[in-house]
Amino acid sequence: MGKDLLLITVGAILVNNFVLSKILGICPLLGVSKKLDTALGMSGAVIFVLTLATLVTSLFFKFALSPDSALAKATGFNFDFLQTIVFIVVIAGLVQIVEIIMQKKAPKIYSALGIYLPLITTNCAVLGAAVINAKEGRGVIESTIFGFCSAVGFALALVLFSSIREKLELARVPKAFQGTSIALITAGILAMAFMGFAGLVK
Amino acid sequence: MMILYSILILAGLGLVLGLMIAWTAKMFAVEQDPRVEKVLSMLPGANCGGCGFAGCADFAKALAEGRAEVGGCPVSSKEAKGMIASFLGLAVSDSVRKVAVVLCGGSSSLARKAAEYNGISDCRSANLVAGGAKGCRYGCLGLASCARVCPVNAIEILDGLAIVHPELCIGCGKCVKACPRNLIKLVPENAHVHVFCSSRDKGADKKKVCDVPCIGCRKCVKAAGENEMLVEGFLVRTNYEKPPANDLPVRAGCPTNCLQSGFPLAYLKKQGGMPGEKEEKVA
Repeated sequence: MGKDLLLITVGAILVNNFVLSKILGICPLLGVSKKLDTALGMSGAVIFVLTLATLVTSLFFKFALSPDSALAKATGFNFDFLQTIVFIVVIAGLVQIVEIIMQKKAPKIYSALGIYLPLITTNCAVLGAAVINAKEGRGVIESTIFGFCSAVGFALALVLFSSIREKLELARVPKAFQGTSIALITAGILAMAFMGFAGLVK
Repeated sequence: MMILYSILILAGLGLVLGLMIAWTAKMFAVEQDPRVEKVLSMLPGANCGGCGFAGCADFAKALAEGRAEVGGCPVSSKEAKGMIASFLGLAVSDSVRKVAVVLCGGSSSLARKAAEYNGISDCRSANLVAGGAKGCRYGCLGLASCARVCPVNAIEILDGLAIVHPELCIGCGKCVKACPRNLIKLVPENAHVHVFCSSRDKGADKKKVCDVPCIGCRKCVKAAGENEMLVEGFLVRTNYEKPPANDLPVRAGCPTNCLQSGFPLAYLKKQGGMPGEKEEKVA
């Protein structure tokens, strides 16, 4: 059990990094990586939402959607084709509720996460983590840890990338490569660098 | 049967989540001062930060809570300020609209360079490298640090000289902070006569590096009314508390054309020359 969790942790953060090797959540990677501050805010929001989302969706999967769940046994049908839509609805609804509660009970965190919290709700990385968990047939605890670690991996990539982009602001970039194109090239090189971790986990 | 179940599951899920959201929204509703939104709609919405708060929304909140004064907004018109003040039952602290002006006239063709600068195209970094390329160590570096921070694009870089267009300027003061040479000043909108020089060197030294310096000859001081022009060492400045009449540059006959009304010489030249100006000597 302990070894499995360690594998999930290292695998999710470094080897199968969401952004850099699975190409999930590219939109925030390019969108909010111009400044380190906003990247940190986004990272916080992603870690929060992804952990919560994987926890809840794995619960749903376990008790309602997987082929050997209680619901499937009771009705005799297999509902796993409803996965995607149920996951989306649940994640969106949940984040909405948490956001409302946070605004009242923890306004400091609310203003720190700011606009990123609702933005991240419909991000493909969040849904991706839930779907991968379901596909791998992970339990609730493993799923949650995978969600958290994937988000940490995402945060790592985002912070690295935004730090590089901040430095790029001061570099002399040829005119044709300025802006998004040099950002994409940077992302590509960063992804290649992360390929170095490929052998760590099978 | 399966379709029915699927529909039931999703419908149930939607209903439950919807009810939960509605319930939490009701239970955890955050009361907001309804005046904040009203005040916000009356503010200009430029989000320039000139008031010292993080955008208009923050300023509106501060106004409603009594932490700020209506006069703190540099952009709002007098009428808008009056409306906000009467809405909140406050007194308007009257403030003349202020605009920025770059107090240097040394464009690339009027001021000489002492060195070539090939570094990052930014005044602040140029200033760090032995004071930049200009021969005058007080002059405008012309690398547009001020123009880049301007939220309304009111600053033009003309021939290596930053020029503020007062009709566009909202007086937020961001350029004042951005200029590493402290050349930009916020002045009352109704003051048009400026001495476009900030050099504190001696007149002769200034003449060596620039064609349009203030050499401190005091012609303008004599032509102006009492205390309208102030002498500070080798430099004359407009007294912005008591600005002189707009025709002072014509009456004073500034020998270097440093004293101008509205814009520095480089800009007036581009606009098709000015009366009594000598021909450009650069071939």
